[in-house]
Amino acid sequence: MIDDLGIVVAFYVLAATTVACALAVAFVRELIQAVLFLALTFVGVAGIYVVLSADFVAVAQVLIYAGAIAVLMTFAVMLTPSADRKNSETAFQAPALVLAGLVLAVIVFVAYDTSWSISGRGAFPVTAEALGQAFLKPYVVPFEVASVLLMTAMIGAIVLTKEDEDEPHA
Amino acid sequence: MPELLLADLPLEHVLVFGAILFSIGLYVALSKRNAVGVLMGVELMLNAVNVTLLAFSRYVTSPRPLDGQVFAVFVITVAAAEAAVALALAVVVYKHRETVNIDELDVLRW
Repeated sequence: MIDDLGIVVAFYVLAATTVACALAVAFVRELIQAVLFLALTFVGVAGIYVVLSADFVAVAQVLIYAGAIAVLMTFAVMLTPSADRKNSETAFQAPALVLAGLVLAVIVFVAYDTSWSISGRGAFPVTAEALGQAFLKPYVVPFEVASVLLMTAMIGAIVLTKEDEDEPHA
Repeated sequence: MPELLLADLPLEHVLVFGAILFSIGLYVALSKRNAVGVLMGVELMLNAVNVTLLAFSRYVTSPRPLDGQVFAVFVITVAAAEAAVALALAVVVYKHRETVNIDELDVLRW
């Protein structure tokens, strides 16, 4: 149950803004603007997380998505200067539109057709401490695997983009 | 509390919001020509899934309701790793081919 008027209004405002920004990502004609709208979408989604009383995940979202991933994508666009930046579509645009519409219809149907077992509990208290306990007790193995995964990805990204020693530097 | 101020946010509305975000992400990922654009679609889909996970964690009866948030943190972790590697790949492809348009990268086509 979420029945605080302010939170409910905040959800609808945030949801409308976020969907508008996501649509801008799809339809704006300049790739770098699409990246910026994507960053806005990430911030809006972080707001939705706060509405759903997930404060720690919201902060992580702002740090990792709106901070790191948005900057990474801006860099990727800027490091490919003579690539096509028109944010244009391939020949798959029409089928993709149809498929996305179908997926939306199916999920909405399932969401309304299922009788969810709603619990009447209120908002979570501050979640950071409980999440920390969960990561270091029942989920300690996936937690460690995640750190190995991040390490691997970091080394992989560095190795991929490293200039070869014998090649002349551009 | 006066009657007018009664508000309720049903779970279905949050799920529909997640579904809309997922569909937009799916459309972007399938239709964009630039590889970075495709990656933006994938990130939108991951965000939509996280919204849904957190919505269930907040609303639905469960002996351990915070597990949904734990899962969302893992999704964010994997998304960060995926974005780093995918963007590195895009930069490497650009170095060799001067393009990141997915319809021009067809060396595997027979």
